[in-house]
Amino acid sequence: MADHAPAHPSSPFMAALRNAFITALIALGLAAPMMGLVTVQGPNGLRLEPHWERVAIAVGLVFLGRLALNLTIWRPDAGRTRTQIPPRVEATLARLGRWFAPVAVALAVALPFLPGVERYTVDLAILVLTYVMLGWGLNIVVGLAGLLDLGYVAFYAVGAYSYALLAQHFGLSFWVCLPLAGILAAFWGVLLGFPVLRLRGDYLAIVTLAFGEIIRIVLLNWYWFTGGPNGIGGIPRPSFFGLDFTPGPDGFAATFGLKFSPLHRIIFLYYLILALALITNFVTIRLRRLPIGRAWEALREDEIACRSLGVNTVNTKLTAFALGAMFAGFAGSFFATRQGFISPESFVFMESAMILAIVVLGGMGSQIGVAIAAVAMIGGFELFREFKDYRMIVFGAVMVGIMVWRPRGLVSSRTPSVFLKEKKAIAGSLVQEGHG
Amino acid sequence: MTVRPLDAPELPPEVLLRVEHLTMRFGGLVAVDDVSFDVRRDEITALIGPNGAGKTTVFNCITGFYKPTVGRLTLRRAEDESWLLERLRDHEISRAAGVARTFQNIRLFGGMTLLENLLVAQHGPLMRASGFTLLGVLGFASYGRAERAAIDKATAWLERIGLIDRADDAAADLPYGDQRRLEIARAMCTDPVLLCLDEPAAGLNPRESAELNTLLRSIRNEGVAVLLIEHDMSVVMEISDHVVVLDYGKKISDGSPAAVREDPKVIAAYLGVEDEEVAKVEQEIERIAEESGA
Repeated sequence: MADHAPAHPSSPFMAALRNAFITALIALGLAAPMMGLVTVQGPNGLRLEPHWERVAIAVGLVFLGRLALNLTIWRPDAGRTRTQIPPRVEATLARLGRWFAPVAVALAVALPFLPGVERYTVDLAILVLTYVMLGWGLNIVVGLAGLLDLGYVAFYAVGAYSYALLAQHFGLSFWVCLPLAGILAAFWGVLLGFPVLRLRGDYLAIVTLAFGEIIRIVLLNWYWFTGGPNGIGGIPRPSFFGLDFTPGPDGFAATFGLKFSPLHRIIFLYYLILALALITNFVTIRLRRLPIGRAWEALREDEIACRSLGVNTVNTKLTAFALGAMFAGFAGSFFATRQGFISPESFVFMESAMILAIVVLGGMGSQIGVAIAAVAMIGGFELFREFKDYRMIVFGAVMVGIMVWRPRGLVSSRTPSVFLKEKKAIAGSLVQEGHG
Repeated sequence: MTVRPLDAPELPPEVLLRVEHLTMRFGGLVAVDDVSFDVRRDEITALIGPNGAGKTTVFNCITGFYKPTVGRLTLRRAEDESWLLERLRDHEISRAAGVARTFQNIRLFGGMTLLENLLVAQHGPLMRASGFTLLGVLGFASYGRAERAAIDKATAWLERIGLIDRADDAAADLPYGDQRRLEIARAMCTDPVLLCLDEPAAGLNPRESAELNTLLRSIRNEGVAVLLIEHDMSVVMEISDHVVVLDYGKKISDGSPAAVREDPKVIAAYLGVEDEEVAKVEQEIERIAEESGA
């Protein structure tokens, strides 16, 4: 807005004042109906109660705030908003970054036994790790192959329902169902991949979005198979290699001579998801250094050049969809076993959006960035519970802030998959975001 | 491993690619109209013509980006290995038939390093070595060896185009002329028998242009045929062994550079002059040719 300098440059102060006045008018238009009028239950039904003083305060705040900003940060001679961290800071961060991953993993392994950690923290950590895993899975599709997938939660749902149904109807154990759920989800990934092979950008996004909704609506309406909106309950809990987490003599606690505690199962689930997430990470890092991973990134950079070099783009895209879906399937079956109950309500579009936001905020293609973003978003979301309704506003404000200062995500630079002499990070501005 | 398709014609041994009756229609527009020519082994063939003559369309047909409306494209890779290019899918043209190409507007993988660019070009062999990813994920040594060989090959090419010091920089960071050379090196890393270059000298300064000529000659001398589209007549006349001229989608001339230069049809098409003025224009062309020869 500050760029809209007056046509005839009078004084900068007048321009700032004018701009602030226009902003205040917009605020007035918004605040008058939303804050100024309150419906109150009267004796004869609802009546409107005007609260113009609130409107005045809001408009006044907006006016003064905008004026202050116009005169300080958004001054025409203040230069452009800095979107880059200075190189020196960046270098320090990079040095810290080398230590960050091992320290974070060590911390994650030790977490359940740290002093002061209670059930709630472990539960929250399980939730965060589920999203870390989903973020890493989606990172293959969006971050590496550059294919915008808005229906990722569908594969999460396929994984969850696969486990729930296989366990309930065939009595298969979690460890048998886990790979099956992954394979089934990967199969659906390929199924989605085929029709969208030729699509790019917005079109790809719309079709994947529709795919996610189709899966959810089928789950909702295929009553005899999925239980419809009632969901599936009583999903078997995982056992510790055959030992159940029960107080009985055959239980986990009795076998190892421990005192029974319901926390054992939670801690076991925590290590389970930690292992699954780390496997996802390990496989992704490994794949990036293999020809398939380089082909994904090349596909994101330039699909036409890929074809001219003999890269089979169909197979490359399908493997990206299949692998991304497979990890979502693993996470889905973990979700089902942890909750013990699943229903289509857990697999709404909001979940897809959340996972995508984690990937975008973290920096597309960056493993560490995605993990940090998942911790910040899911953990932060829980921490701000006291803000109640306002946490959405805080959440939105943080997102806007990150996109202003770090437009390419928290970790925007790309690490080369192979190097000759020296491993240099590649600036995010040089890396393509993919064609959709 | 391959067989000659039953209806592939028997090509003379010196012919690498035979283009026959190639026609490409886009709706009502005939972009290429019944064009036939040969690309011979050990030769640099230039495809020239005024803007809109259909040169890039011919290129896109040969490299599989378009399916020709009519025509047959036979490539004889080895004595007992022939391919009908119009029947192959685009990525197979590079991998199986050994046709590599560059683009008029450079298409490098900008966010990847130079080394990575050259490794993507070796995707096919590396993919086989990694057991289609399975062996690679498990960390088999055979893949490690294949990758080291691929890196050695990439290193050799980077040394050859003088960019070895920048191997670990992003391709998008390179100056324009270096990007052109890198794109050629990347195409060469696919081990082609035919290298198709779409205006390789566009935007190069005279020194870079001369370096390019040296590079192309050395590629030809190694037994890789080169087919290039070029506007810069000095490049065409200096390095090509064989010139094909297109105008309005039709072939108007085909022969050695000297013969083509003398062809009045070419002169008329290039300069859009009446027949009476041809003599004058010929003198002009001669002068340019002398300068470029100098």
